[in-house]
Amino acid sequence: MSKATEIISPAHGEAHAHDDHHEHHIPKGLMRWVLTTNHKDIGTLYLWFAFIMFLVGGAMAMVIRAELFQPGLQIVEPNFFNQMTTVHGLIMVFGAVMPAFTGLANWLVPMMIGAPDMALPRMNNWSFWILPFAFTILLASLFVEGGGPAFGWTFYAPLSTTYSGDSTALFVFSVHIMGISSIMGAINVIVTIFNMRAPGMTWMKMPLFVWTWLITAFLLIAVMPVLAGAVTMVLTDKFFGTSFFDAAGGGDPVMFQHIFWFFGHPEVYIMILPAFGIISQIIPTFSRKRLFGYASMVYATTSIALLSFIVWAHHMFTTGMPVAAEMFFMFATMLISVPTGVKVFNWVATMWRGSMTFEVPMLFALAFIVLFTIGGLSGLMLAITPVDFQYHDTYFVVAHFHYVLVTGAVFSIMAAVYYWIPKWTGRMFDITLAKWHFWCSLISVNVLFFPMHFVGLAGMPRRIPDYALQFADFNKWISLGGFAFGLSQLIFLAVMIKACRKQGEPVSDQVWEGAEGLEWEIPSPAPYHTFETPPVVK
Amino acid sequence: MKQLGICVLKAWTALVLLVAGATAVAAGSGEVSALNLRRGATEISGQVYDLHMLMFSICVGIAVVVFGIMFVSMYLHRKSRGAKPANFHESVKVEIAWTVLPFLILIFMAVPAAKTLLAMEDTTEPDMTVLVTGSQWKWHYKYMDRDVEFYSLLATQREQIDNRYAKGENYLLEVDRPLVIPTGQKVRFLITSDDVIHSWWVPDFAVKKDANPGFINEAWTRVDEPGIYRGQCAELCGKDHGFMPVVVIAKEPAAYEAWASEQESIRQQAREEEQRLLAMNMSMEELMTEGERVYNATCAACHMPNGEGLPGVFPALKGSPMALNDMQGHIDIVLNGKTGTAMQAFGKMLSLKELAAVITYERNAWGNNTGDMVQAKDVNAVVSGE
Repeated sequence: MSKATEIISPAHGEAHAHDDHHEHHIPKGLMRWVLTTNHKDIGTLYLWFAFIMFLVGGAMAMVIRAELFQPGLQIVEPNFFNQMTTVHGLIMVFGAVMPAFTGLANWLVPMMIGAPDMALPRMNNWSFWILPFAFTILLASLFVEGGGPAFGWTFYAPLSTTYSGDSTALFVFSVHIMGISSIMGAINVIVTIFNMRAPGMTWMKMPLFVWTWLITAFLLIAVMPVLAGAVTMVLTDKFFGTSFFDAAGGGDPVMFQHIFWFFGHPEVYIMILPAFGIISQIIPTFSRKRLFGYASMVYATTSIALLSFIVWAHHMFTTGMPVAAEMFFMFATMLISVPTGVKVFNWVATMWRGSMTFEVPMLFALAFIVLFTIGGLSGLMLAITPVDFQYHDTYFVVAHFHYVLVTGAVFSIMAAVYYWIPKWTGRMFDITLAKWHFWCSLISVNVLFFPMHFVGLAGMPRRIPDYALQFADFNKWISLGGFAFGLSQLIFLAVMIKACRKQGEPVSDQVWEGAEGLEWEIPSPAPYHTFETPPVVK
Repeated sequence: MKQLGICVLKAWTALVLLVAGATAVAAGSGEVSALNLRRGATEISGQVYDLHMLMFSICVGIAVVVFGIMFVSMYLHRKSRGAKPANFHESVKVEIAWTVLPFLILIFMAVPAAKTLLAMEDTTEPDMTVLVTGSQWKWHYKYMDRDVEFYSLLATQREQIDNRYAKGENYLLEVDRPLVIPTGQKVRFLITSDDVIHSWWVPDFAVKKDANPGFINEAWTRVDEPGIYRGQCAELCGKDHGFMPVVVIAKEPAAYEAWASEQESIRQQAREEEQRLLAMNMSMEELMTEGERVYNATCAACHMPNGEGLPGVFPALKGSPMALNDMQGHIDIVLNGKTGTAMQAFGKMLSLKELAAVITYERNAWGNNTGDMVQAKDVNAVVSGE
């Protein structure tokens, strides 16, 4: 009892001190970050965590590209190579892209809808702080005997069950934690948007970033439990003698793929819908013209989200499905290109007869539109079942999903950070350095991923540590592009460190001429607490 | 800022030209392209290629139009040129147009795609059938209508992979025993797996089908031209996924017939030889030489050439209690595998002589030095349950 009292009393004292200083008081030191329930602090934590994971996952990509620089085995053993491709994928999906979007949601959703904070601030703290543990476990698994997961981020059974190493248990545990974190984050976004909009902020007045995140949050809640189910079945198949995915015990390995992709396809949209929201904020600002079709953007996003539940088996055309199923999934997949096209056309129509300037966020947004569309078009080609038999599991697929995820999702995140960071810090970032970052990234990312289309069409399978001589020339270029893209991100790191140290010119409240929305009406930098009394939206 | 826009324009024009050029080159020659899908050797693969080029052209067309409008806008409607923002938004007409038009394009794509798909999946009325079984990391072919079956393993030397020898022309795309099929006949493939999921892929036939353990998939081809066609496993199947190629030789029916008959008589002779061997003993030296060859071809991928395995993944044989003491258990595990692990049953893959030799080798190499000799008849005793 006495111990408990000892702990409580200083906390009590601090609570009083807090009262005294009222809103000017920002806690200091490490404990500020560990105990914070402030949406801005948690947003910052998420974003830095995502960036660190981006660099870690990127380092693994460098190992992959170094090994593939020329034919033959030079640097790593095939087993370690497979661990690199697996953990690279897991880290980039669950550690970099998803937390970065959650970080942006934390920073922006309350500011955009006129709320003082997220609806569930303590859960917010928890949903962030379990993430470092999840990834520590995942990374630690690389150092146990037999190495980490080596079965691809898609962990197809039975490679991930009967034929995997003991570290699979660590993999399963870490995926569970990531899933819990995502679900808590999603619940928080939904509750905040439903309950904490300022008076007058009706549904159809919400900024598109808020809309896309709301829909994303529903997708997360729908499919993360499916992923949890899949990893749990892998765990029990491997360690507790069940046979969900083992034909010898009455199970079916293809059922694993159905379950995984029922999660996996909506997951793809989880990683791109918030990007659509970001681009829909940035393009109107720098075109000085309102978004061409706000309502159709909302409907298109909703259609994409709904369609995402009936297309999963287009990842599985070669598994030997009945031809009727192949037809269904081919047509359903092709349908998705309609609402996606609506989005791209809307952005272009917004730019048309605008008054454009090309600040760094706009550069990234424009690159996003072009390069994401390239990824979308190769996606349309992949939907065509008979040709997918040739494309499937080749570098053509690798090119496709890196165009939508790197030049799509990642570029949108960079665009968002450059767009809003002056509001967060109150200072303009180093524009020269940021432009260097943009141009180096743009050129190198295309040297990196564009030739992958060619080697894929020519017949190079993915996930191989060594390849036939006919692929050698392009792979050299791809690797050089990869190293250059990796190094370019160090420029981004430099810009971010300078920005966080508050170097640079102070900015106005609006920051960008043409920026509209509640977040641009509060002071720069955004105060620690905003909208303690809700604004009225007309 | 103006310069910047022009730069972007130039870069994209160059890219579009590059792609268009690549397409023209690929379409103009029958050769296998380094840039594009191949037309292949069958009617189906030709259809698939045409479909691919159709989709590709449509996509390039869409891209050129959309990006064209975007770049024109970026050039004309820039603030630095004094552009004043217009105020138009929302137009039901335009929005219906850009929903309906893509939909029509999709239908235009879907019709030929569906036709080709139905043709590809029609495996009825084959002239012959081959059972294709994947396992870590090799293919097994069994001709269902004849007494021919064999394993097909990567033939590229380890030294080439390790960069100690110069790499040959067909590096990683060569096998010791290719699948042989006749031209002009509908060959049906039944595809399955002994362990994890593999995927049997020959780009020239436009055939890629997963090999699922416990299930049988079907695919078919009819090859027009005799030739050698090379492919690879397309589904991540573990450590040596990159090292299990597929090679198919298509021969004229008469030449195929001669080959198949020869294979049948070779198998017959091998069986007789096996019976003869049961009455003979091989010397330690013979066993060790043969055993080392078999070990390096068959076992070293997992247990490593030095017998130390990969800790935590594949167990070591060097100093293992089974290799040192338990000879019956040792023969049994090599013959029948160990369920629930990656250890396969080698009883049907290796001859009695090879089994005897490799078990002897494992019991005497890397300092195991048990002095045990295992003869073909010892293995046969375990096989027949004596």
